[in-house]
Formats: sequence, structure tokens, C-alpha cells
Amino acid sequence: MATQDRKNVEGRTQEEEYDEAPETPEPAPAAAAQAETEGTDDLLDEIDGVLEQNAEEFVRGFVQKGGQ
Amino acid sequence: MSVNRVMGTETEYGIHAPTDPLANSTVLSSQIINAYAATVRSGMGNLAGTRWDYTDEEPLHDARGWSVARENADPSQLTDMPPVLDAEQIALSGGRTPSNDFYSEESAGSGVLMNMVLSNGARLYVDHAHPEYSSPEVTNPRAGVLWDKAGDVVVLQALKKIARTPGFAPVNIYKNNTDNKAVSYGAHENYLMPRSLPFGQIVTGLIPFFVSRQVICGSGRVGLGMTGRHRGFQISQRADFFEAEVGLETTIRRPIINTRDEPHAVADKYRRLHVIIGDANLSEVSTYLRLGTTALVLSMIEHGEAPHVQLSEPVQALQAISHDPTLQQKVALKDGAMVTGLDLQEIYLEAAVAHCRRHGTDQGQTADVLARWGALLSTLRRDPMEAATQLDWVAKLKLLQAYRDRDGLEWSDSRLGLIDLQYADVRPEKGLYYRLAQRGKMERLLTDDEIAEAVHEPPSDTRAYFRGKCIERFPKEVVGASWDSVIFDLPSRRRLQRIPTREPLRGTRELTGPLFDRAASAEEFISALLGPESAPDVAT
Repeated sequence: MATQDRKNVEGRTQEEEYDEAPETPEPAPAAAAQAETEGTDDLLDEIDGVLEQNAEEFVRGFVQKGGQ
Repeated sequence: MSVNRVMGTETEYGIHAPTDPLANSTVLSSQIINAYAATVRSGMGNLAGTRWDYTDEEPLHDARGWSVARENADPSQLTDMPPVLDAEQIALSGGRTPSNDFYSEESAGSGVLMNMVLSNGARLYVDHAHPEYSSPEVTNPRAGVLWDKAGDVVVLQALKKIARTPGFAPVNIYKNNTDNKAVSYGAHENYLMPRSLPFGQIVTGLIPFFVSRQVICGSGRVGLGMTGRHRGFQISQRADFFEAEVGLETTIRRPIINTRDEPHAVADKYRRLHVIIGDANLSEVSTYLRLGTTALVLSMIEHGEAPHVQLSEPVQALQAISHDPTLQQKVALKDGAMVTGLDLQEIYLEAAVAHCRRHGTDQGQTADVLARWGALLSTLRRDPMEAATQLDWVAKLKLLQAYRDRDGLEWSDSRLGLIDLQYADVRPEKGLYYRLAQRGKMERLLTDDEIAEAVHEPPSDTRAYFRGKCIERFPKEVVGASWDSVIFDLPSRRRLQRIPTREPLRGTRELTGPLFDRAASAEEFISALLGPESAPDVAT
């Protein structure tokens, strides 16, 4: 429906305008949190590349004999 | 009062050849010993292996005042006999031995070394089906961490050597304590104590501490129960494998307090407290506090100042605390009170602070251990995840949680099991602990240079100095060694010369360094040590 489509567009536009409105710098905790998230993403990407192939088979194959 | 005392660690490593999954684990373990011997020999051009002297091994002596008869002991308890490869294992290792490999002509019998004493004073050997590194004796927790970490580098060098050797399947080594399929292997600690202290006091004073110290020094584990079949994460690698409060066994019916009375020192003067309840740590902070806080508790016990706290069901409490990473789980005391693992640790911390205030203390490591212990308990009480840069179990949990969040993984997902396992891979490029440390996400207490030096150099302030320097200086003449002896075979003397080293704080650099400096040969060294004209009692 045309009316609904327009409403949706209007709604999104308002949100975008609101998001862009504040010109003040982001408060430090949010920046830190974002940096933390980016750091975690980066870390997980690195570990993805380090993990052994075929996790299920690898874990199943790690069988030890008893120790102390 | 102080964290300083004679101590040491033992690590049994997990071992696996991914491309040869049916490989015999005793054979793989012996490859580690022989590969390391080859790396040492290539640097020194000399015999690297020495026989272990089993004379003073007494694995069946119980600290409670009796001995177990050999015929009643579990075969795994007979650690006073050299391990041997059976016919099948010899065939396996022989069958895999190319002409240019690292098995030496010097090793006895089967041609396979099963034991080495290293120039840093440590022992590297095949224990059951695992390679084990037993650190040299040190006098403080920081040195304990240093020579424990040196062991990880020793086995790393061995597996690199294997990877370079044609005809051998690459071997991986993991510093963990379970395969998550019902099997566990140990990370032990040893502490020298006066024989005069009744063993019962050690038992009562230690049990609540050992049950709760996992909140600081657990290594984290994916899976609950011995087989790990139940889903979830727990704090400790070892908790689910303990079944008794006190006992002599180490491989079956594992006890919270092990009673093996094998002092490896003057027996009527000392006992060696053999601690089998502990996780193998990658985190330097975890190991440092595992050794440091335990040393403080032993000091309190020796002064009759340990907290009077008794758990109603210690084994169940150990597992209940391990199974709750939020640290909210309460366990029952005998007086009916309910406490968390953190509460128990705080009771011990407060007693330790009072103990040190009462008797005075050094401002070095003792003050540092107390400060770190207190700060970490506060952090854990506020939010356990804030301790991720310091403690293994938190670092591991944080990583697992990040994967769960990103990929929506259930605890049963094998990728989480792989992260658990690979956290403990000793290779810096594959081990996830090392990847985190590389990014500055794990607090370090040591430098890599220090650790590299400790791979070769013994501690200067215990008998490990004498042992290590004898191995380094006289590799041809030293034919055997143990914690409390070094045995020389000299052409000029008809009999083997066994030098006892039964006082752990003798044989130091201060006492024996000049003898090593002056002696141009083993003959001169032994003459100076035992000769009629001068018989300095420096090693014994």
C-alpha cells in the first residue's frame, strides 16, 4: 500500500536524521566499548585462522592414556 | 613470614600425533625425550642422557605412618623402577627409526632414552604414557613460575626437532590435564616442610584451601563430569577426577591430599608435601599465586595459625565450586554455615594477612603475593570476567563466550572443545594462550629471555645448581643422577662415586661455584670434593 510505504520511508528518515543530529563527540565509555568489540572481532578472526581444521574429528582424535 | 621455601612443579603433558592417531603414547613420549637429547647433544657434542638413580625412591611410603606392600599396590604406583618399553613398543619405535634419527647409540637396552637430567637441574622423562618435566628445586614462587615455563620451552624444542626429522609424524603437546574422555594427568607441586609437623595438621589446614583455590588457579574446562559428556563450562580441569579426601594413590581414587612420603631429602628432618590437586597453568599469574598462596598457607599451618574452617563434604564441594563460573555456588561447612569458594579464599587471605602482620614479613614477593591475592579476590567478587587478563579459566571462558556470541554455538559444539584444547597447545603460533599473550591480553611476570636462560641454567640457590652444573660440565662422567644424588664414573676410581645431595639448600652456587671454577676436569672436581686433603661438605 502506497500510504504505508510512505510512512515507513518517513519513519526511517526521521531515525536517520535523529542519529546524525548530535554533533558532540561520543562519550568515552562508548568508544571504549566499540574498540573492545572491534578488538574482539579482530581476535576471533585471527583465532579462526589458527584453529585446527575439522574441529570435530580433531577433538575426537585427542585420546590420552591415564596419568597421575 | 614468607612465601619463600623450597618448592618445585611437575607437568605431565598431553601428547598427540594428529596424522598418526593410533600412535602409542609411550612411544610418542619417548620421542620427546630423545628429540630433546638430540637438540642438547647437537649443541654440546656430548652425551645428554643420564640414568635416574632410583635408590631413594619410596613411592609406597605413606605419610600417615605405614607402607603399602608392593603386591597390593597399583602398578602405576611403582615409580621406583625405570620405565621400559615393551616388545611391541620397541618394535614400533624401531620400525619408525630412520638412519639419521635422534635415537642414540648411548642409550641403554632398547636404544631409547626414557629419562634425562637437564643442565637446568630439571628431570625430563616418560611417566606412564606422558612426557613429564619436573622442575628443579627453587626457593620462591616467581622462580617456580620461571622454571615451570622453561619446561614448556623444553618440550616445544623437542617437538620442533621431531617435526624436522624425516620419517616422523609431527607431535603436538598440550599443557592441560584431561582428554575429556575420562582420562586425567597431573600437574603437581612439591613443598619442603619440617618432618616435626604432624601430618594431620597439614590435612585439616589444607583441604578447604585446596578445594577453593581453583577460583584463582583453575585452567577452565569445556564439559562436566569425567567424560566431559555433560554440557557446560567449569573452572577446573581436574576437579571432576578427585574421589577421596586423603590417600596414597595418584592415578586412581585421586585424593585431595596425597600422602606419598618420599622426601628426596634428609628423611628425619624433612617431608616433601606432594600436591596432586592443581591444574596445569599457562598464565604466569595463576602459577605464581598457586605457589605463593599455598606457601603462605603452609607457613600458617606450621605456626598453628591456619583458619579453623572445615567442609562438610570436601570432594562434592570441590566439584560444585568448579561447576559454577559465576562463583555464586555455596557449599556447606561442618558447623552448618554456607560459603562460596570466594568466601573460603577470603577467610584464608585474612588469616594470611594477620599471620604476616604478627610475625613480620619481607616487602618483596610475600607482600606482592598478598596484594595480588587480595586484589584478584575483589575483582572476582565484582565481576569474574574482569580477571580475564590474569587467570587462565577466565581468559578461556571469555574467548569461548565471544565465539558463542558471534556464531551462536551450543556448549556441545566441537569448536568450543577445540578452543579448550588448543588454549594449551605449547606452540606459540597455535596455542591460544600464546595468541592472547602476544596481543597483550595476558599479564606477564617474566620475559621470554629469562625463560630461555632458565631452559639451560639452574637456580643458583638450591642443590639443583650442583646437579645442573655437574650435567653441564661433566656430561661424559656423570652416569646417573636423581633429586638427592649425582653419580660419577671416573677411570681412576674402581667404584662409581655417588655424591649424595640430601640437603636441598646446599650445593648452591655460593657453596660449589668456586669448585666448578677451579676444576679443569671431572677427576679434579671429584678430588676437590671427596679427596683426603680437602673434603668440603658443600653438596651434601
